[in-house]
Amino acid sequence: MTVPNVFFFAALPYVAMFLFLGGTIQRYRSRGFQVSSLSSQFLEGRALFWGTVPFHFGILVVFLGHLTAFLVPRAVLAWNGDPLRLIILQVTAFSFGLSILIGLVGLMIRRFTNPRVRMVTTRMDVVLEVLLLAQVLLGLWTALHYRWGSSWFAADLSPYLWSILRGEPNIAAVSAMPWPVKLHIIGAFVIFGVFPFTRLVHLLVAPLHYLARPYQRVMWNWDRKAVRNPATPWSRARPRNT
Amino acid sequence: MVFHLDKCIGCHTCSIACKNIWTDRKGAEYQWWNNVETKPGTGYPSKWEDQDIYKGGWRRDDAGRIHLRGAGKAKGLLNIFHNPSLPTVEDYYEPFTYNYLNLIEAPAGDDQPTARPVSLITGEPIDVKMGPNWDDDLSGTPDYARNDPNFAALSPAEREAMFQLERMAFFYLPRICNHCLNPACVASCPSGAIYKRGEDGIVLINQKVCRAWRMCVTACPYKKSYYNWHSGKSEKCILCYPRIEAGYAPACMHSCVGRIRYLGVVLYDADRIQAAASAEPGELVDRQLDILMDPFDDTVIAAATANGIPDSTIKAAQDSPTYKFIKQWRMALPLHPEFRTLPMLWYVPPLLPVMASVTQTDGAQESKLHPVAKTWDDTWLYDTSTEELWGSVEQARMPLAYLASLFSAGDTAAVADRLRKLMAVRIYRRWKTVGDVSEAKMTSTLQAAGLTEQSADDIFYLTALAKFNDRFVVPPAHREQAMEMIEFTGDVKGSTGFGFREQPERGL
Ligand code: SF4
Ligand code: SF4
Repeated sequence: MTVPNVFFFAALPYVAMFLFLGGTIQRYRSRGFQVSSLSSQFLEGRALFWGTVPFHFGILVVFLGHLTAFLVPRAVLAWNGDPLRLIILQVTAFSFGLSILIGLVGLMIRRFTNPRVRMVTTRMDVVLEVLLLAQVLLGLWTALHYRWGSSWFAADLSPYLWSILRGEPNIAAVSAMPWPVKLHIIGAFVIFGVFPFTRLVHLLVAPLHYLARPYQRVMWNWDRKAVRNPATPWSRARPRNT
Repeated sequence: MVFHLDKCIGCHTCSIACKNIWTDRKGAEYQWWNNVETKPGTGYPSKWEDQDIYKGGWRRDDAGRIHLRGAGKAKGLLNIFHNPSLPTVEDYYEPFTYNYLNLIEAPAGDDQPTARPVSLITGEPIDVKMGPNWDDDLSGTPDYARNDPNFAALSPAEREAMFQLERMAFFYLPRICNHCLNPACVASCPSGAIYKRGEDGIVLINQKVCRAWRMCVTACPYKKSYYNWHSGKSEKCILCYPRIEAGYAPACMHSCVGRIRYLGVVLYDADRIQAAASAEPGELVDRQLDILMDPFDDTVIAAATANGIPDSTIKAAQDSPTYKFIKQWRMALPLHPEFRTLPMLWYVPPLLPVMASVTQTDGAQESKLHPVAKTWDDTWLYDTSTEELWGSVEQARMPLAYLASLFSAGDTAAVADRLRKLMAVRIYRRWKTVGDVSEAKMTSTLQAAGLTEQSADDIFYLTALAKFNDRFVVPPAHREQAMEMIEFTGDVKGSTGFGFREQPERGL
């Protein structure tokens, strides 16, 4: 158990968590106006398609895959019990990983070469793209060189992550990992930590509630019916427009 | 709202009033919440009426239900990463300014210094390919007028006839957000940031809730929701609600030089909106008229009061100039009702140059003129007081089918009906003031148009003489409560100032 291992795998996760929670709350409260991803499709639409679609669908699947292995490792191991199913899972995950890479590279080229898109690019966008690129490359490298990641992730890393959540980090398994895997894990913590300070925040406001609401929305800023009713104190007729 | 197209002179004062107040900002330079188009023409953004390109509005399926054409829950969320029918800056125009400083600061040389156009997005010099009002007055030109999507409704022969020099005609179409009863923008917003205000029906985008999903831009078939590329928020016409709350007319209406704009309360039956929006194509306008309520009807008044509509608003509905034009006289039509958003901006269709015909004279008119009056040698007379009234409506210079494609989903009878009323009032006034129309002719015209002398007088008054307070009947927002329309003042009691004060600057 060396000092760097302790720092990266026992301390960094908590720093990242703190930054994530504190940063998100602070950003939402102080700069709620900016909690979104600044779309540049208006400025450039065609190249965006070839970048953003493979990127987003790739990252959705890969992220949900990691999440599943983290949350229900036993189910993943059970699924992997059959070699055919294991191979299907790995190949699917790898192809979606490639799709992220292709999309991300496309997005970066577009961002750096299109003069209009450059105008709406912030420093943090560049930092984030570089981070994500490194993370994807490391992930693909891991998948290629250290086979059956879904199994060893579920068997070794999921318990490690849970141990962090429980507040008693057990870094034995993760310390023994080869360095690309370690870097991938560190990258994940870093992205998690900078999350609230990047355009990633749009993930937290994904508009899934749209599915549940009626299409039309009418708002009465001033509920005159309630106001006329002497039984309701006027402060109850609050504006609902928040 | 009613716009009387016969009176629009195409001066664009309205657009400038709006621009100076609301969209003179970074990211909004290209937005014209109010714009005035020349028809026939492609408009702004280019060919906005062609929903095969832009996929806006609602579509009716075989079972008679309506769905958003290019957005909605399934389509909107699936296309959230890349919206395939979002117009881009090229469809509007790249905003630009000129490098004026160069005129002063250029070093001495052999040539005159020039002020090159520079893009307001990148700051780099650009070649201007399009600008605000690019096709203004260019009717008849191959690039613009001939690409007008409404020509789909015309036969090739009719189309060609419109471009003959003698028959060529155009009119102006000022457009703002229609503040629709069945707004597609509201329905398409995944965040739920857009809403219609109950008090006055204004459709607004909550800038704090908007998260740049851009679905409203696609969904609005009139392309009246715009994406601000700098702040990452969609913006649209707010009908100058701060002015309306203070009892003023919106800036575009207030400044309108042609006095073509009317604003007033119209009561409607919200429960029947869905049915009206799902009506058969041929019945759309009539069904929409059906849900507009008579403000003098006792049951309507009782229902409105029970729903908390203040008496002052009901009174305003009774005095409303718009109700008269739309429902009482049935002289107005909504723009493109087939988009099924039930737009609440109604247009009185243009009579001129529609009705004008060119005939050969016998010189009788000229002989009545004073000798110093200027006359032309040719014997053509631009004739607007035609004897054959009904005949000329059908043979109008601006084909009825074209107007019907704009204003009544193809129903030429509905347009002809409105035009006849306009013509009847004109003939009535001619009889009254000039006297060269026989009384029998005048009476028969009025009767055929379904008007009386009284209503013709009223129409004439509201069209030609109406004062400010006749054209804009804005009910009080109850200023004592107006603040509460915006926010609950109790929340900020004891603190200094209130409201939303964040700059749209984006750092992250
Ligand atoms: S015209 Fe206005 S209210 Fe109607 S759909 Fe478009 S933006 Fe919405
Ligand atoms: S100000 Fe009035 S007359 Fe002038 S273009 Fe606008 S609507 Fe037409």
